Amino acid sequence: MSKVLQPGQSYDSAPGDATAGFARIKPEGVDTLHGAILYLEEITVSFDGFKALNNLNLDISVGELRCIIGPNGAGKTTMMDVITGKTRPSSGTAFFGQSMDLSKMTEYAIAQAGIGRKFQRPTVFEQHTVFENLELAMKMDKRVKPSLFFRLSSEQKGRIDETLKLIRLNGMEQTPAGLLSHGQKQWLEIGMLLMQEPQLILLDEPVAGMSDAETARTAELLNELRGRHSIVVVEHDMGFVTEIAQQGKVTVLHEGSVLAEGTMQQVQQDERVIEVYLGR
Amino acid sequence: MNAAMKTPLYARPAWSGILGCTLILAALPILNIAFPEGHLLHVSSYTVALIGKFMCYALAALALDLVWGYTGILSLGHGLFFALGGYAHGMYLMRAIGHDGVYQSDLPDFMVFLDWKSYPWYWSMTDNYWYCLALVVLVPGALAFVFGFFAFRSRIKGVYFSIITQAMTFAFMLLFFRNNTGFGGNNGFTDFKRILGYSVTAPSTRAVLYLITLAFLFGALVLCRWIVQSKLGRVLQAVRDSESRLMFIGYNPLGFKLFVWTLSAVLCGIAGALYVPQVGIINPSEMSPGNSIEMVVWAAVGGRGTLIGPIVGAFTVNGLKSWFTGAFPDLWLFALGAIFILVTLAMPQGILGLSRRWLGKKGAA
Repeated sequence: MSKVLQPGQSYDSAPGDATAGFARIKPEGVDTLHGAILYLEEITVSFDGFKALNNLNLDISVGELRCIIGPNGAGKTTMMDVITGKTRPSSGTAFFGQSMDLSKMTEYAIAQAGIGRKFQRPTVFEQHTVFENLELAMKMDKRVKPSLFFRLSSEQKGRIDETLKLIRLNGMEQTPAGLLSHGQKQWLEIGMLLMQEPQLILLDEPVAGMSDAETARTAELLNELRGRHSIVVVEHDMGFVTEIAQQGKVTVLHEGSVLAEGTMQQVQQDERVIEVYLGR
Repeated sequence: MNAAMKTPLYARPAWSGILGCTLILAALPILNIAFPEGHLLHVSSYTVALIGKFMCYALAALALDLVWGYTGILSLGHGLFFALGGYAHGMYLMRAIGHDGVYQSDLPDFMVFLDWKSYPWYWSMTDNYWYCLALVVLVPGALAFVFGFFAFRSRIKGVYFSIITQAMTFAFMLLFFRNNTGFGGNNGFTDFKRILGYSVTAPSTRAVLYLITLAFLFGALVLCRWIVQSKLGRVLQAVRDSESRLMFIGYNPLGFKLFVWTLSAVLCGIAGALYVPQVGIINPSEMSPGNSIEMVVWAAVGGRGTLIGPIVGAFTVNGLKSWFTGAFPDLWLFALGAIFILVTLAMPQGILGLSRRWLGKKGAA
């Protein structure tokens, strides 16, 4: 089990301690005492009879980096839509930690609770500068009045600068985001995710349309984030998945449910997986 | 560089431009009173009245662009808020006529005409000036808040929202046209005599009203600039550019839209309230859909998504309108249409965008 420290936990109440007591106070924020951060149980989403997700079961542990692969139409993006509140499941339950029912929360409440998402097409605020994009995403009180009277503290400025370095956009903070290259936009979006300080990061095809160098750099970036956040990556690029999955679990989706789960090697040797996906 | 930490409201040259224009505008009514007619420095009362009216329009255009240019919510019904502010102020002005009306009654002439014996309940306390001033803010504000709450909560956007605002102002116009509504029917309110005991036609009263209008316009410009420069302003622009993306980084757009929408309606109501005593009449035609669309044209001509732009646009279009309706009264609507098409096709950034391009630098406005 990962030793990542989560909000609501402190060093003296590490995961595992929970079993000792009979009663405990419901922690603030995400309750991850049982070691899992995301539970999807028997999720079904149907659009006019077509089942985009069919009895999907999936759970993600704290600090895990999980890759999800699958052919087009397997329901990967729909699954992300369910997790982020964009689509409501027809049946099934989606829980963030032990206590947050995602199917009853709005998009912004889910984002505030600590789930960040990068979309398939890079979506940054093109009219805003790189700096402003990061500032907008930064974790803070995002209601009206605090926004009106917001003053950037030097500590917050420092965090933005740190992220700028991490995503290699330092020196470009005053550039309108619309002028960035495709790969830079993808990184900016990852940077915006990091500014949100989410516990769970969902990345939908983070290297789509990237050059080889950019792809390698993104893999490096994700490896740096490993363990600090729980990360779910949906990707088509097998080389990239092999690179970042390492010995972690890979889940193969097919027709809206889980076809296989295991390490990359196990999955690659699975007969059914080869049939539907890998062995083209 | 630490640009994001402390940004001045405007850069120095822009400030000098704004303050210079404000001072010139402020000097006009003073020149009108200080120098006799025929003197070289005399400014005619007509000019002062006209500019006073334009400033009210400019304030309305500024308010409109806050929601349209910055937040991407196109309202085709802002004339309603303008008119409601005007009516709220007008109620006091009607009460202040006292017994000087044609029928010399306690009631305004139009109520005597309807054979009403006393004021309806919603006219109570309107003889109190400060109560009416509160209504100027509260009525458009409350209407906008309630309307906005339901519209934004249902995620009504774009052209659907615009059409609903248009329908709303039209519905209110029909309501106010009825004599039984108690707001003077199609004649509205007019024939005002005095405001707080001062004659509304006296040059000094007019000068004071003019200067108050200028102060409000200047104040609104500074307030709006402060808002759009704040982080809230950047959130508003993010609502305009990609509202769904904004939700996924943890903002609830409802509160932001409601805030700016209500503020805009209140500013528009204030503009209407300042307009009525200077023009001397308010009637339901102010709520006609055409008036609201004209406001949109002012903002578009001046430069959408800027604050100076709508002010420049309101002055330009209305200046042209005054000239046209004098010289070729039949052609004005054609000219207005032509201006709108020209602006849309040739200068999407409006006058301000064009002048920025000509100056070859990024203006501070």
